[in-house]
Amino acid sequence: MSEFFAMHGYAFYVWSAYGVTALAIAIEIRALRARRRAVLEEARLVQPDTPAMTGEAAE
Amino acid sequence: MTTSWFKYASPATFYPLAGKMIPWFAGVAGLLAVVGLVIGLVIAPTDATQGDSYRIIFIHVPAAWMSMFLYAVMAGWSAAALGFNTRLSAMMAQAIAPTGALMTFIALWTGAFWGRPTWGTYWAWDARMTSELILLFLYLGIIALRNSIDDPRRADRACAVLALTGVVNIPIIYFSVYWWNTLHQGSSVSFTRAPTMAAIMLTGMLVMAFAAWFYAIAATLVRVRTIIVERERGAAWVAALREVRNA
Repeated sequence: MSEFFAMHGYAFYVWSAYGVTALAIAIEIRALRARRRAVLEEARLVQPDTPAMTGEAAE
Repeated sequence: MTTSWFKYASPATFYPLAGKMIPWFAGVAGLLAVVGLVIGLVIAPTDATQGDSYRIIFIHVPAAWMSMFLYAVMAGWSAAALGFNTRLSAMMAQAIAPTGALMTFIALWTGAFWGRPTWGTYWAWDARMTSELILLFLYLGIIALRNSIDDPRRADRACAVLALTGVVNIPIIYFSVYWWNTLHQGSSVSFTRAPTMAAIMLTGMLVMAFAAWFYAIAATLVRVRTIIVERERGAAWVAALREVRNA
């Protein structure tokens, strides 16, 4: 197992590449979730069919 | 005929359809990633000349392919947005940009950590690397341009024009290894000749490429749904959505 992680001496390069890739994808997924929650919450607060509509649908 | 063509160009029709597709694309992406990682990190043997450093190929090449492919798709949607003036096309282009930037970043980062043990340097102003860096700046520029314009329809047009202008960079990235004889090597895989790598390595790389593809589709669909709700809020159909009422 430790031999696997050692990557025959290339551990630093291999795991820096794989680790940061995993981290970057995890950050994107978290950001997508957070943004979706915020946008849904915003949409709930906007009353439909009133003169004070926002967004493009109001145009 | 034209009615059916443009049916799914309506955000209200596309929103639930995208919602149904997301779990499938995300699930397939996860499955392929697990298979690809097992092949790439466990099953594929150590390379005779590069040792285990070559294993970076299993994320580097798929990410680099996706970075260019996503840009081309984004430019295609931008052209559709300009040509047909369909809002959904512009929203799709907007939704692709951050995932495209992510793939470009991954390609550059993994390339640096592969370049150091094989070429002796993390970075060089090589033609392939420089044009890929320009691709990252194009993605970030398009995102920044959108954020700087308040009117979404004006932002759509401005971003579409910038995206289409930047398309010229894609063939430059692709052919850079042939046009300039700098550091980055030519492709290991081509449609016109036999691959220069072992079958198991090629399999792992292709599986990871499909994983990246399905992931990018899932992420883009999640983002485009968020964009639709954001830009259509105030419309009765958005207010009636269960996820909006329960938010």
